[in-house]
Amino acid sequence: MKTNRSTPVSPGARLPKCPTGIQGLDEITGGGLPRGRPTLVCGGAGCGKTLLAAEFLVRGAVQFDEPGVLMAFEETEVELKANVASLGFDLAGLVRRKKIAIDYVHIERSEVQESGEYDLEGLFVRLGHAIDSIGAKRVVLDTLEALFASLPNEAILRAELRRLFRWLKDKGVTAVITAERGREQLTRHGLEEYVSDCVILLDHRVYDQIATRHLRVVKYRGALHGTNEFPFLIGDKGISVLPITSLALNHKVSNERIATGIPRLDAMLGGRGFFRGSSILLTGTSGTGKTIIAANFAQAAARRGERTLFFSFEESPNQIIRNMHSIGLRLEPLVKRGLLRFQSARPSLYGLEMHLATMFKEIAAFQPAVVIVDPITSLMDSGTASECKGMVTRLIDYLKAGQVTSLFTSLTQGGQALEQSESAMSSLMDAWILLQDFEGNGERNRVLYVLKARGMKHSNQIREFLISDHGIDVVDAYIGPSGVLTGSARAAQNSLEKAAVLASQQEAAQLKRAVERKRAALERQISGLRSDYETEAEELRRIAEQVGTSTLMLTTERAASGLLRQADIKVVAAITRSNPRNGKAHR
Amino acid sequence: MKIKTAKRSASQSKPAKLWQLRLYVMDQTPKSVTAFANLKSFCESHLKGRYRITVIDLLKQPQLAKGDQILAIPMVVRKLPKPVRTIIGNLSDTERVLVGLDLRAAVN
Repeated sequence: MKTNRSTPVSPGARLPKCPTGIQGLDEITGGGLPRGRPTLVCGGAGCGKTLLAAEFLVRGAVQFDEPGVLMAFEETEVELKANVASLGFDLAGLVRRKKIAIDYVHIERSEVQESGEYDLEGLFVRLGHAIDSIGAKRVVLDTLEALFASLPNEAILRAELRRLFRWLKDKGVTAVITAERGREQLTRHGLEEYVSDCVILLDHRVYDQIATRHLRVVKYRGALHGTNEFPFLIGDKGISVLPITSLALNHKVSNERIATGIPRLDAMLGGRGFFRGSSILLTGTSGTGKTIIAANFAQAAARRGERTLFFSFEESPNQIIRNMHSIGLRLEPLVKRGLLRFQSARPSLYGLEMHLATMFKEIAAFQPAVVIVDPITSLMDSGTASECKGMVTRLIDYLKAGQVTSLFTSLTQGGQALEQSESAMSSLMDAWILLQDFEGNGERNRVLYVLKARGMKHSNQIREFLISDHGIDVVDAYIGPSGVLTGSARAAQNSLEKAAVLASQQEAAQLKRAVERKRAALERQISGLRSDYETEAEELRRIAEQVGTSTLMLTTERAASGLLRQADIKVVAAITRSNPRNGKAHR
Repeated sequence: MKIKTAKRSASQSKPAKLWQLRLYVMDQTPKSVTAFANLKSFCESHLKGRYRITVIDLLKQPQLAKGDQILAIPMVVRKLPKPVRTIIGNLSDTERVLVGLDLRAAVN
């Protein structure tokens, strides 16, 4: 934290810095508070001034071997020790080891009478004594402004405060002075006019019933610093400031691919699933099967032996395990083997920052390879849109830095354009799978498609997915001239097509039979004609024969009549023998 | 300038009530000197014979500052009689000193 900022600007002109050790604050201030100078920390009641100051001291004593003096004007030593003990700081132990000295300064105005001139040399003496007794490098004055209530003569007080800050600088200690936020100025009594090197403003705001603390470096003389307002929170390990904007986009990337647990979905993603370390968005309206796909993914990862952390903001772990059991996912053994961990919390339990910090803590503790957030949209309700985007960005950055594959489910409201509603988040995601309901024929059917998948050739097809007792089945949806058909409509369409094929087959057969019949008829006709012809030909022959006979008879008759007319009798006899019928007929 | 003055008045008929006063100073600054002179003259005129003033120089004994919650200098702390009362300043405002040390009641 200290070293990574030591490169920019000219090194000679750099202000020496005093690292606070507070997570994130050193990043914002570029290495810490100005060394050997006073820093003013101001803010309203309950925004963590004292804690920030105390942590500065404790971490200084523990991490940087810089003893510190805490001069408290509002809380007694016992109270202070108890208060910071809840954050895991062993103030009492540090005091015993002479790493920290606590001096409780208290004046009850009613007990004090002013008479004539005075100065605050007593305060200087006490502070100086405390500093010298432990060789302190750090000093905290919490809350110096209490003096304004105790001492009536403001003119003297102001003059003395000016002298005090000068004195602190001369002593070379890095001081943190806390002050109450004023109405129109940074502090109620204008302390900022004395402390001009570094001013940090703390703020506690409530948005939609959820309070979030913010920190802003208002002024840092002689140094670059983050000027934005940064959310911070007070956890059980002290303050952590989480810079919204990550310093750089320079995550390592992996070419390794990991399966989704649904073979057909892998096939849609270039055949091999997602990239390791990518962030995946799974959107859909309620009941489209987001959690199921997420659970599938979790199961697949855990079965490969990868640690999987499942953040659930809607269902309790047991409920998820039970529900997934009904579709054939066995998550419980994976949980027992410590490969899968569920982390459930109500989104409204605490603010976005707290959620984020909790998630960071869990991730750091469990070291997962896959993180699932189901659904991320639940968290979105606990902050403004920009806060949420900031949060998701930080979460993704954090996960990517650790090469953790993350899957976020996102609930879209019915009736919204799916693509539009996720515009804030989708640009941060590497892959986006859309789940949709198709309604028709009195039923709702689920389809999914890959809207985007950076760095891989992915399917452009809409697939229907079925949820059965044995998990998810992705099948081809019917895409035809009448649109996308799913469910029973798809089945109906299939059978319709089958029937059509059958019908055309039957038609062809019928046609064939008709042709056959026609041919047979033709043949019959042909044979009829032939027999007609033969009949006629026979007739003709007969007629020709008849004609021949009658010619002969004519000749015979002529011969007979010639006989009668005394012709040769032998001729007549010969004709009678050769043709008795004719002879009879003509007789 | 460590001056210890302890006087007991025999003429007092009332049960002896010793006033224990502590004066915190820082070195021999004009303010400190004035404060001591003023305090002494007050005591002499109002509490003659039944007061004791302890002067503590924080330059020499800085560790003592914590005990009596010393902030401003010079400062007078009335340890006895109870309750503890404090006055800050060089005690130039007589009226305030009388009120602060509750000397009026003692005088009357």
